[in-house]
Amino acid sequence: MNAHRIIIEFAQIAVVLALSPVFIGWVRMLKCWTQGRTTAGLFQPYRDISKLFAKEVVLAENASWIFRFTPYLVFAVTVLAGGIIPILSAHLPLSATADVIVLVALFAIARFFTALAGMDIGTAFGGMGSSREMTIASLAEPAMLMAIFTISLAAQSTSLSRIVQVIYTAGPVLKPSIAFAFIAFILISLAETGRIPVDNPATHLELTMIHEAMILEYSGRHLALIEWAGMMKTLLFMALGATLFFPWGIDATDTVSGASLAFVFLIIKLAGAGVVLVLIETGLAKMRLFRLTEFLGSAFLMATLGMLSFFILE
Amino acid sequence: MIGMNTSMMLLILLGVPAFAAVVLGFVGDRKFAPEINIAGSAATFVAGIGLALEVLERGSMLAGGKFFFVDAFNVYLSVLTAFVSMTTAIFSRRYMRREREHGRVGHVGMRFYHAMFQLFIFAMLLCLLTNNVGVLWIAMELATLSTVLLVSLYRTPTAIEAAWKYFILCGVGIAQALFGTVLLSFAAEKVIGEGGEALLWTNLSAVSGSLEPTVLSLAFVFLMVGYGTKVGLVPLHNWLPDAHSEGPTPISAVLSGLLLNIALYALVRCKVLVDGSTQSHHAGNIMMGFGILSIVVAAFSLLRQKDIKRMFSYSSIEHMGIATFAFGLGGPVATFGGLLHMLVHSLAKSAIFFTVGHASQMHKTQEMSRIRGLFKGNPLVGWGLMFGVMAIVGMPPFGIFTSEFLILTATMKDAPYLTPFLLLGLGVAFAALLRRVQPMVSGEIPPYQKPLKVANVPVLLHLALVLMLGVYMPDFLNNWFHAAVELLK
Amino acid sequence: MNLALAAQINSFLAALVLVTAFGMLVQKRVYGLIHLFAWQGFFLSLNTAIVGYVAGKHHLYISSVLTLSIKVFVLPYILHVLVNRLKIRRDVETVVNIPRTMLIGIALVIFSYHLTSPVRELSTLVTRSTLAVALATVMIGLLMMITRTHAVTQIIGFLALENGLFFAATSATYGMPLVVELGVALDVLIAAFIFGIFFFQIHAAFDSLNVDQMARLKEGE
Repeated sequence: MNAHRIIIEFAQIAVVLALSPVFIGWVRMLKCWTQGRTTAGLFQPYRDISKLFAKEVVLAENASWIFRFTPYLVFAVTVLAGGIIPILSAHLPLSATADVIVLVALFAIARFFTALAGMDIGTAFGGMGSSREMTIASLAEPAMLMAIFTISLAAQSTSLSRIVQVIYTAGPVLKPSIAFAFIAFILISLAETGRIPVDNPATHLELTMIHEAMILEYSGRHLALIEWAGMMKTLLFMALGATLFFPWGIDATDTVSGASLAFVFLIIKLAGAGVVLVLIETGLAKMRLFRLTEFLGSAFLMATLGMLSFFILE
Repeated sequence: MIGMNTSMMLLILLGVPAFAAVVLGFVGDRKFAPEINIAGSAATFVAGIGLALEVLERGSMLAGGKFFFVDAFNVYLSVLTAFVSMTTAIFSRRYMRREREHGRVGHVGMRFYHAMFQLFIFAMLLCLLTNNVGVLWIAMELATLSTVLLVSLYRTPTAIEAAWKYFILCGVGIAQALFGTVLLSFAAEKVIGEGGEALLWTNLSAVSGSLEPTVLSLAFVFLMVGYGTKVGLVPLHNWLPDAHSEGPTPISAVLSGLLLNIALYALVRCKVLVDGSTQSHHAGNIMMGFGILSIVVAAFSLLRQKDIKRMFSYSSIEHMGIATFAFGLGGPVATFGGLLHMLVHSLAKSAIFFTVGHASQMHKTQEMSRIRGLFKGNPLVGWGLMFGVMAIVGMPPFGIFTSEFLILTATMKDAPYLTPFLLLGLGVAFAALLRRVQPMVSGEIPPYQKPLKVANVPVLLHLALVLMLGVYMPDFLNNWFHAAVELLK
Repeated sequence: MNLALAAQINSFLAALVLVTAFGMLVQKRVYGLIHLFAWQGFFLSLNTAIVGYVAGKHHLYISSVLTLSIKVFVLPYILHVLVNRLKIRRDVETVVNIPRTMLIGIALVIFSYHLTSPVRELSTLVTRSTLAVALATVMIGLLMMITRTHAVTQIIGFLALENGLFFAATSATYGMPLVVELGVALDVLIAAFIFGIFFFQIHAAFDSLNVDQMARLKEGE
C-alpha cells in the first residue's frame, strides 16, 4: 500500500513535469483559435525548451552566484510544490508533510529569488521587474492566504489532503464561503501566474512587462529551467483550483484504476481550465499597473467576504 | 355607539387634511387657495377638540379595529398640532401672498406649498394617532418627504443645499429607526406570536415586561439615533438649522414647533417600552445624555449666529434637548415638565417665527445686523418678537419658566450633578438671545425698512396662551397631563 | 424544496446581496451602479419569495413582487431616464481610496455580525443568520453615502440602505405586516419622485450633480 502511494507520488511529479508544456501549448492553441491565427501545435513549448537547453549560457560579467543559483532553485521548488498538491491522489506521502501555508511559502521563495536575480545584474529592467513583481506579491499573497484559510475553515484543517477529503465527501453543496474563495482564487491565480489582465506573458514591451523583465538576462539552460518552472506554476495553480474546489474524480481509493481515472479527469479539468483562462484573457484588457491594487484588492475582499460568510451564514 | 363616534371623529381628523391636500393640489395658485388652507386646518382643529373631549370623558381607547389608539398623551399633541397648523395657515395667507408678489415663488410653487402643507399635517396626525409602530415610522417619513421640497421652495442654491441635507440626513437617520422597529417586532413576536399584531403599540406596552431586554436595548440604540435625528439632537442635528432657516417662514414655524415634537413623541413611546422591558433606566440615561449635550452645544452655537431664523433653529435644538432630558429623567415632576415644555415651546417658537417672518419681509433679509428699529417700525412685530424671546428664554411669568422650573427641580433632586450643565445651557441661551434681539427691536427705523400689513391674530393668540400657561393652568389640561404622566411611568 | 436546501439558497442569496453592496461601494460609473442596484433588488426579491415559500407566509409573495417591480424595474428605470435626461451617463466619479473604503466595509460587516448576535441566539427562524448581512448592507449603504459626492450615487446609496432594511425585516421576522411593507414601498416611491425633482434643481442651481459644491451653509460664515 505504501509502495503504491510512493509510486503515485513520483507518477504525479512526472505528470506535472510532462504535462505543463502541453497545457501551455493548449492555452496558446486556444488563443490562436480565438484570434484566428494558425497554431504552432500542442507541443511547441517542448521544442522551445529543448532548443534553449541546447544553447550556450551567456552570463553577465557582474553576475553573482545568486543569478546562477536561482534557476535551479526555482525549478526545484516548483517541482516540490508539484509533489505536495494532491492532483492525482488524495493520499500523497509528501502532502502529509507540508500543508497549504508551506505551499504558499514555496512559491514565495521562488519569487523572492527570481526578484533577487532580477536585481543582481544591475540592469534597469531587472530592477523594475523585481519591484513590480514584489508589489504584486505583497498584495496577492495575503489574498491567497485569506482564500485558502476560508477553505481551511470549512475543512477545519490546513492540510491539503484533509481539505480534499472533506470537500470530496461533502459532495457538491452551495456554500457562499467556498464560492467567494473560488472567485478570489481565480483572481489571484491570474496575478500569480502572470496572465492578462495583470501581466502579459507574450510581451517584451518595456513599459508593461513584469515577469519577463526580471528574467530578461537569462539564456540557455537557465532560461529553459525558469520557463519550464513558470509553465509548471501555471499548471499547478489550475490543478490546485481544481483540487480544492472540484476534487471529484480524484483517486481516494489508492488503486491503480483509481489513479488512471484521476489522470483522465485531470486532463479534462485542465482542458476546461485552459478554456476558462483563454476566455478571461481574450475578454479582458491588460490593466494599468496602478489599477492592480484595485484588482488584487477585490481579490482580497472576496476572500475576506468568504471568510466572513463562513462565520455569518454557515 | 360612542365608539363609532370616536372612529368618526378620527376619520374627520385625518380625512380633512388628506382631502384638503388633494383639493389644494387641484386648486393650485387660485386666489382663494389660502382660505381653503385655513378652512381645512380649522376643521381639523375642531375635530381635534372633539376627539380630545371624548378622551377627556372616557379615557384611553382603541379605534378603527385596533389601528388607532388615543390616550391623553397623543391627543394633547394632536390638538396642539391642529391648533398650530391652523394659526400657521392664517399667518401664511398674507406671508405667502407677499412672497408670491415679490416673485420668490411661482405658480407651481404655490400649488405645491398648499397641498404639501396639508399633507404634512396629515402625516403628523397619523404619526400621533396610529397604534402601529411601523405605520408610525411610515408617517414620520411621509412628514419628512412632504416638507423636503418646501424647504427648497425658493430654488436658491442655499435652499437646495439645505433641502438636500434635510432629505439625505433625515432619510438616513430614520432608516436606523426602521431597523430598530424591525428589532422591536422581532422581540415582540417572541411574546405575542406571529401575525400583524406584534407591532401594535397597545399590545407591546401590555407585554413590555416580558420582552427580551438585550434585543430591546439594541433596538433602542437604533430608534434613538433614528428618531433622535428627527428631533435634532446633538450630534445628529446638522440638517436642522439649515432646513429650518432656508425654507419659507410658515414652514420653519411648523417644522420647529410641531415636527420636532412628533419625533420626540415617537422616541418617548419607544423609551417607555424599553424601560419596561429592561427594568432599568438604561434608555432614560441615553436620552438624558443626548438632551444635556444638545442643550449645551446649541446654547453656545446661539452665540455665533448671524441669520435670525438660523438662530431660532438652534434655540429649537436647545429646547428639544430640554424636553428630551426631562423625559429621560423620568418621574412625575420631570415628565410633567417635559409635556408642558413641548406645549409651550411649540406655541412660543411658532409665534417667534411668525414675527421673524414679518421682520425679514420688512427688511428683505434674514441677517440680524440689518434688522433694526422694529418697535418703531411695527410695534406688533417688535413687541411680539420681544415677548416671544422673553418667553423662550424662560422668563417668568411665561409658561416656559414653569416647565423649565419643574425640570430643574426634578434634576436637582434626581440628578444633581447635571444641574450645573442645565443651568449653564439655559444661562448662555438667555444671554445670547437677548443680546441679539435687543438691538433688532430698539433704535431708529432704518431707511430700507418697508412698512407691512401683518397677521396679528396668530402671534397674539400664541403669546397669550404661553402667558396664560405660566400663570394659570386650566384644570382639564392639568388632568390631561397627569393622565399622560401616568401613561409614561 | 426541503428546508436545508432553502436555507442554503437563502444564505447564498444573502451573500450575493452583500457582494452587490460592496460592488456599489467601489463602482465608479453611474450606469454600472444602477445595474448593480437592480441586481441587488432582484436577489432580495428572490430571497423574499423563497422565505415566503419556506415559512408559508403568503404575504411575503406580495412583498417579493413589490420589490421586484419597484427595486428592479421602476427605480432603475427612473434613474436611467434621469441620467439620460441630465446627460450625466458618462460621469465617472473619483472615488477616493478604494482599498481603504473596502477595509472599512469589511469592518462594518464584522461590526454588524457582533451587533446582531443577541438576535441570532434568540431566533429560531431559518433566516436568522442573514440579519447580520442585512445590517451590513444598511451600514455599507451609509458608508457609500458618506464617501461619495455625486447626488445620484448618494441616492443609490440611500436606496441600497433601504434594501438592507427590507432584508432585515425579512430575516428577523419573516417580513413586516403587509400594511407596513406597502407603506414603506409608498414612501420609497415618493422619495424617488422627490429626488428626481432634486436632481433637476441641483443641476439648475449648481450646474452639476456634484454635491461637493454645496458648502455654502457651513457654520460660522
